[in-house]
Amino acid sequence: MANIPQKIVHQYLRHDKKFPHVWCAGCSNGIILGAVIRAIASMNLNRDDIVMVSGIGCSSRMPVYIDVDTLHTLHGRAIAFATGIKLHKPHMKVIVVTGDGDCTAIGGNHLIHAARRNIDLSVILVNNNIYGMTGGQCSPTTPHAAISTTSPYGNIEPDFNICNLALGAGASFVARTTAFHVTEMQNYIQASLEHPGFSLIEVISACPVIYGRLNKKGGAPQMMTEFRDNSVPLTAVEKLPKEQVEGKIVRGILRKDIRPEYTAEYAALQAYAQKLGGESDGKEL
Amino acid sequence: MSNKVTKDRMGMIIREEDAPEKMEVEATEVSAPAEKDSPVLIYYNWCKKCGICVAFCPTGCLGRRSDGSPYVQAPEKCIHCETCDRLCPDFAITGAKEK
Repeated sequence: MANIPQKIVHQYLRHDKKFPHVWCAGCSNGIILGAVIRAIASMNLNRDDIVMVSGIGCSSRMPVYIDVDTLHTLHGRAIAFATGIKLHKPHMKVIVVTGDGDCTAIGGNHLIHAARRNIDLSVILVNNNIYGMTGGQCSPTTPHAAISTTSPYGNIEPDFNICNLALGAGASFVARTTAFHVTEMQNYIQASLEHPGFSLIEVISACPVIYGRLNKKGGAPQMMTEFRDNSVPLTAVEKLPKEQVEGKIVRGILRKDIRPEYTAEYAALQAYAQKLGGESDGKEL
Repeated sequence: MSNKVTKDRMGMIIREEDAPEKMEVEATEVSAPAEKDSPVLIYYNWCKKCGICVAFCPTGCLGRRSDGSPYVQAPEKCIHCETCDRLCPDFAITGAKEK
């Protein structure tokens, strides 16, 4: 173990891995990992009851550093693997960490169907507006007119509003925050772990080395300052004049409601079918 | 570079310099010797000099050296808000002493 004072975050890190971690200087992924660890620690959860699943991408490197049960899976299929884990072990808290390209482009289908089923997963979607790991290609959330290596003259496509997609697909907990608002993020992660049903937290994060450099956003502190100044809480949106809200990031819990959860429904169906002893009376549903 | 090659139980090749015992971070330099009683501890081996802690320190307790790394310039100004602790992407700074 490295010779460092043991704060709560350091107790949850895997010290046999190479530190400092692989992320670039100023990348928000470390901040988000810290918030996840603080949320887990403040809930006093047993480490053996937590699984962290990820796909491929910069943010999907997080399970390498956190000392809980983890699974690093195929590109875009993190939610599919997590669904399997949750169905087999319904008592476990399943956290899915994916990026914007991982979850909305390659794994978009899994996202909407997990939201529709309302299976109890906590999806933390790290949205850095670009495919950072592979060299800065255009992702579905790259804003209009933003520059990436595959759109050197500006992106001509409109970007995805991920929270609206999840709301439309029927997710029962949807929240949006930024990497600057750490305590808020920690509270949302905690709320999503307590929430019975599918929860999606979109975290707007900074990629200062690729997205920031291509779009002349400055360094990490400048991008974080932009998050602070260009975001409004949901509770203030109605009170503010329209021109002050337009084009800004709306933070807050956009939906939180309770509806039947998939694994509970499945267990009830299983109990009912076992009671029948294999013979159907045609009234299962 | 050594040529010694071993395999783990899955059959993956492990080079000697990547073995876990070689990955340990060496004894970490904690601020400067005179700053041992400072409220903020910085682990320079993990720090990537991104400047976030200095930019968002609310009281100006932290300063930045010419190479970009942070240092405690005014320890008496620290209010133990843990902002640097929470915003550090590298887990390389702790904002308050453990009680």
